[in-house]
Amino acid sequence: MLKSKTFVKKTRSGGVMKIVREHYLRDDIWCGSEACTICKQESTVLEKDACSDSTICPYPHYLIPDTNVVLHQIDVLEDPVIRNVIILQTVLQEVRHRSAPIYKRLKDIIHEKEKHFYTFTNEHHRDTFIEREPGESANDRNDRAIRTSADWYGQHLKTAGPDGLKVVLLTNDQGNKQKAEESGLLVHRFEEYIKSLIAHPELVDRLALSNDDKNEITSSKVLFPEHLPLSRIQAGIKAGSFLQGTFRASRDNYLEATVFIQGESEDGTEVLIQGLQNLNRAVHQDVVALQLLPRNQWVAPSSVVLQDEGAAKDDNGDEEDEGKVLISTAETARKPTGKVVGIIKRNWRPFCGMLNVSQIKESTRHLFTPADRRIPRIRIETRQASTLAGQRIMVAIDGWPKDSRYPNGHFVRSLGNAGEKDTEQEVLLLEHDVPHQAFSQAVLSYLPKMPWAITPEDMEKREDLRNLTVCSVDPPGCTDIDDALHCRELENGNLEVGVHIADVSHFIRPGNALDREAANRGTTVYLCGKRIDMVPELLSSNLCSLQSTVDRLAFSCIWEMTHEAEILKTRFTKSVINSKASLTYAEAQMRIDDTTKNDSITKNLRGLNKLAKILKRRRIEKGALTLSSLEVRFHMDSETHDPIDLQTKELQETNSMVEEFMLLANISVAQKIYDEFSECALLRKHPAPPPSNYDILMKAAKSKHVDIHTDSAKALADSLDVARVDGFPYFNTLLRILATRCMMQAVYFCSGMDSDFHHYGLASPIYTHFTSPIRRYADIIVHRLLAVAIGADSTYPDLMDKQKQSALCNNLNYRHKMAQYAQRSSVAFHTQLFFKNRGILNEEGFVLFVRKNAIIVLIPKFGLEGTVFFDSKDKTGPKLVFDEEGPTLMVEQHTFHIFDKVKVTISLDDTNIQHQKIRMSLIHPVIPGVSVSASDIEPQTKKPRLDH
Amino acid sequence: MAGLELLSDQGYRLDGRKASELRKVQARMGVFAQADGSAYLEQGNTKALAVVYGPHEIRGSRSRALHDRAVINCQYSMATFSTAERKRRPHGDRKSTEMSLHLKQTFEAAVMTQLFPRSQIDIYVKILQSDGGNYSVCVNAATLAVIDAGIPMRDYVCACTVGFVDETPLADLCYAEESGRVSSLALALLPRGGQIALLQMDARLHQDHLETLIEAAMTACKGVSKVLDEVVRQHLQEASVLTGE
Repeated sequence: MLKSKTFVKKTRSGGVMKIVREHYLRDDIWCGSEACTICKQESTVLEKDACSDSTICPYPHYLIPDTNVVLHQIDVLEDPVIRNVIILQTVLQEVRHRSAPIYKRLKDIIHEKEKHFYTFTNEHHRDTFIEREPGESANDRNDRAIRTSADWYGQHLKTAGPDGLKVVLLTNDQGNKQKAEESGLLVHRFEEYIKSLIAHPELVDRLALSNDDKNEITSSKVLFPEHLPLSRIQAGIKAGSFLQGTFRASRDNYLEATVFIQGESEDGTEVLIQGLQNLNRAVHQDVVALQLLPRNQWVAPSSVVLQDEGAAKDDNGDEEDEGKVLISTAETARKPTGKVVGIIKRNWRPFCGMLNVSQIKESTRHLFTPADRRIPRIRIETRQASTLAGQRIMVAIDGWPKDSRYPNGHFVRSLGNAGEKDTEQEVLLLEHDVPHQAFSQAVLSYLPKMPWAITPEDMEKREDLRNLTVCSVDPPGCTDIDDALHCRELENGNLEVGVHIADVSHFIRPGNALDREAANRGTTVYLCGKRIDMVPELLSSNLCSLQSTVDRLAFSCIWEMTHEAEILKTRFTKSVINSKASLTYAEAQMRIDDTTKNDSITKNLRGLNKLAKILKRRRIEKGALTLSSLEVRFHMDSETHDPIDLQTKELQETNSMVEEFMLLANISVAQKIYDEFSECALLRKHPAPPPSNYDILMKAAKSKHVDIHTDSAKALADSLDVARVDGFPYFNTLLRILATRCMMQAVYFCSGMDSDFHHYGLASPIYTHFTSPIRRYADIIVHRLLAVAIGADSTYPDLMDKQKQSALCNNLNYRHKMAQYAQRSSVAFHTQLFFKNRGILNEEGFVLFVRKNAIIVLIPKFGLEGTVFFDSKDKTGPKLVFDEEGPTLMVEQHTFHIFDKVKVTISLDDTNIQHQKIRMSLIHPVIPGVSVSASDIEPQTKKPRLDH
Repeated sequence: MAGLELLSDQGYRLDGRKASELRKVQARMGVFAQADGSAYLEQGNTKALAVVYGPHEIRGSRSRALHDRAVINCQYSMATFSTAERKRRPHGDRKSTEMSLHLKQTFEAAVMTQLFPRSQIDIYVKILQSDGGNYSVCVNAATLAVIDAGIPMRDYVCACTVGFVDETPLADLCYAEESGRVSSLALALLPRGGQIALLQMDARLHQDHLETLIEAAMTACKGVSKVLDEVVRQHLQEASVLTGE
């Protein structure tokens, strides 16, 4: 059954090298068709009666798409209507080579049973393998291989199957089509075929525009310079004349972007790009090649807030001023500036957004505005514009020709009406790539069967700590309780403190569907009024949650301490606990403060609180930072789930008490797992920010004559502590908010892949996450490592593999970042809802940043940030003088500094339904022609003054 | 740049084999008349020549002689033209010394050395073309050469390398597979008794997988032994025809 045939392939890598590989051709690769009587296959994928309602192919048939069809029309192929498709190995390999995301999607389709997609390994089949002929390009060979296979299928089905079953080759390549026709194959263009499916007109909208179509749409005027071919880019990068980096469009200014260059040294540099021509059709997140401009053309970031407001009228007219680069005069502020010369890798995904319906009624071409402001608008073609207007839709980009102002794209699907809470939530989950579908049956099947009880075997292996007075302290309404504490005096006079963490790794075993799903989700995402769980609810809110008065499995970390909080002994054990009380922070605080209470729980809490204070003091002495960011909490209406009130979260002593012990547990565990597994411990680090990050903080502080030292975390913490301005009590908090923005992201990493473990913010040499396994996957891994370290569990391969571990870390970091963004957007959306119901409010705020044409104001009461613009599009604005050094902005006669107290009106601007935003306008200080008068506002909405 | 996909979803490897399939093995015995035993073996594109001298008196210092069994002396080398890049390969570099040592250990376990006290058996192996699995090909070739020399062995020694990719053991790795990120294991087996003559692995592998990997390696070795057995029988038949039996 094995036909062997050796042949020679030559490839070049660097120098000339002759590579000899064997290639075995087989005769046991089956066709995969249910109708086939020859092939001895065990299971078939392709159906016998593969009919579709195509008018040009009225007989049963299978489809064979070529590579370009798969690459460009994957959205259509994903539709349930398209079934019985043969994906050739040649196609699959080419797709894999050209685009990883599409390859992934294609594989997902192949795995889906209902789609009946079959992969035919034609390259190893005796009859369909072809050798490349002399002078034939690789692409031509592949096209020929596809035709050969199509031909083979045609012949094969004729002899082996029932009458009339045919294969149809789908290609958009003119030459390929012609050659196929010459050799007598059934061949159609993809568009032709899709348009012939008359029962499914909606598919036509999803067709990506192919090259020939583009010419019709746009004028022949060339707007952008040509992209260089990849070979020249690579040569340029090697020679050092080009740089490679990730393109990041600016959120505030659509004519500006930065490219992050990964240099040889770890820290990358940023290159600024300004102007439409220089941006040259790069889209946010693309990997681009760029060329630095000569030093005399370098510019500074414009600090102007500019949004692409160009009407749907289309391309002409406004290019003149868009092409013009805003030259900044300040010599020192100039940054390396460059222009994009080519795209190395597009990173396009489907974007959520809304349709701007064209003014012309009959037009089928419309502009689409993505929700993400960093993505340019996309031109799409659709006949359903009237139904889609007012809906949130998804659109994919197909290409961006050099003579078009906007990229061309196609409609993917509709998400629902804009402004509705469900739709908006869906949008923000999709935009932040948060997996939020319900858990699949496969995942649920790994849940423990109810009723669940602790078995005697479990008890045998675990320490019985049910007699201890354990209690949990959490925010109100918390159902996923993953930590509980206890504290008691030992006979020798020392204290025993225990942190008990839900034993999630007992329920989630490595490698099963439940584990894989949790690893993919990475974290639970908390939105306002909604929680996207990482693990199914049975675990998160019941079996794992350390509720009071029920027996629960826990992983305990127990210290013996002196009364001065010196740790004498640390031990870890799997245990069974029975929490005596689940308290909220406020309840716990009340018990501690209430001197009449003297029950065991309260004593417990007092002991913990005393120790926590010592621990905190010691930590701060070591240089841990206390930073500040305003978090808001909504009071929701219980019926409509609309926000009815909004207040910033208050922190109580008990918050910091719990936090202190969690930090201690995390550090102890980190040390333990690192000692045990120096190569594959999952740790968390927080790198020290580069000094330049502090510029804005230093400048801001200096304007109030306060010095901030940033040499070390300790110096920063100390100088923040003493930073006070008389008569301005809120100053310190503002400074801390600014300092928070200077920080780097903390990240998970695998200890075998890195050497710097330091956690800057906590001033700890080593740190990990152990205390929230219900809502973070990293903690589950740490639990497993710790369990192995104490001999309570066994290892499994992936746990010990540092490559896999580090890939997992990357995913977790990504998910955490996205979860954070999603959370923020959710808060922003609810803030808007809140202000929509409230009408117009007058509030006091502080200037947080000064920009060239605007100031950014923080309203402490709501933790809300907004921008006050001083120029407008239509009329000539007031005279603005911007000074980079301060930074200050002079508007007419008044000069704005950072930290200035201002009074603003807040209202909801819903003129643009997609980007509803909070509009702020100035009331005080009064600047004629700029500020609005407070009398516009109805008196009853006025709020009492904020007292600081 | 995506790396090579060593095992496709359909279960085919780069060169079209399935996970447990060996490369094509071809061999000839008695290729040189001057040596006591010789064999040439191809396993796919890896080709090796093995020559055996002995048993004979100890050459060189007599002190190496063992009073109760024969000394086995192995020498492994690679031809300059055996790899894609032409490279001078001096004798006694670390790699080939190590390989020689492994071969020696393997054959000490298989050859019945106690029959020839105070004597020496020389085994010389040269890789003519290298495409992965050098050690196993050498062992297989040397086995045939030893048989050709008429030196009694407990059993054939058959060797095979197996790698571990996507939770699946791949038998008889070729060079492209070996150079990918694969933990590979080389195993030399005395197939009839199922005894392991040598097992070598220098990559990291979780112990849970070791069992399946060894299992796969043993199956592969048994496959090789079947082929070798055929070669020997064929050779014997030809030889007996020539001697006129």
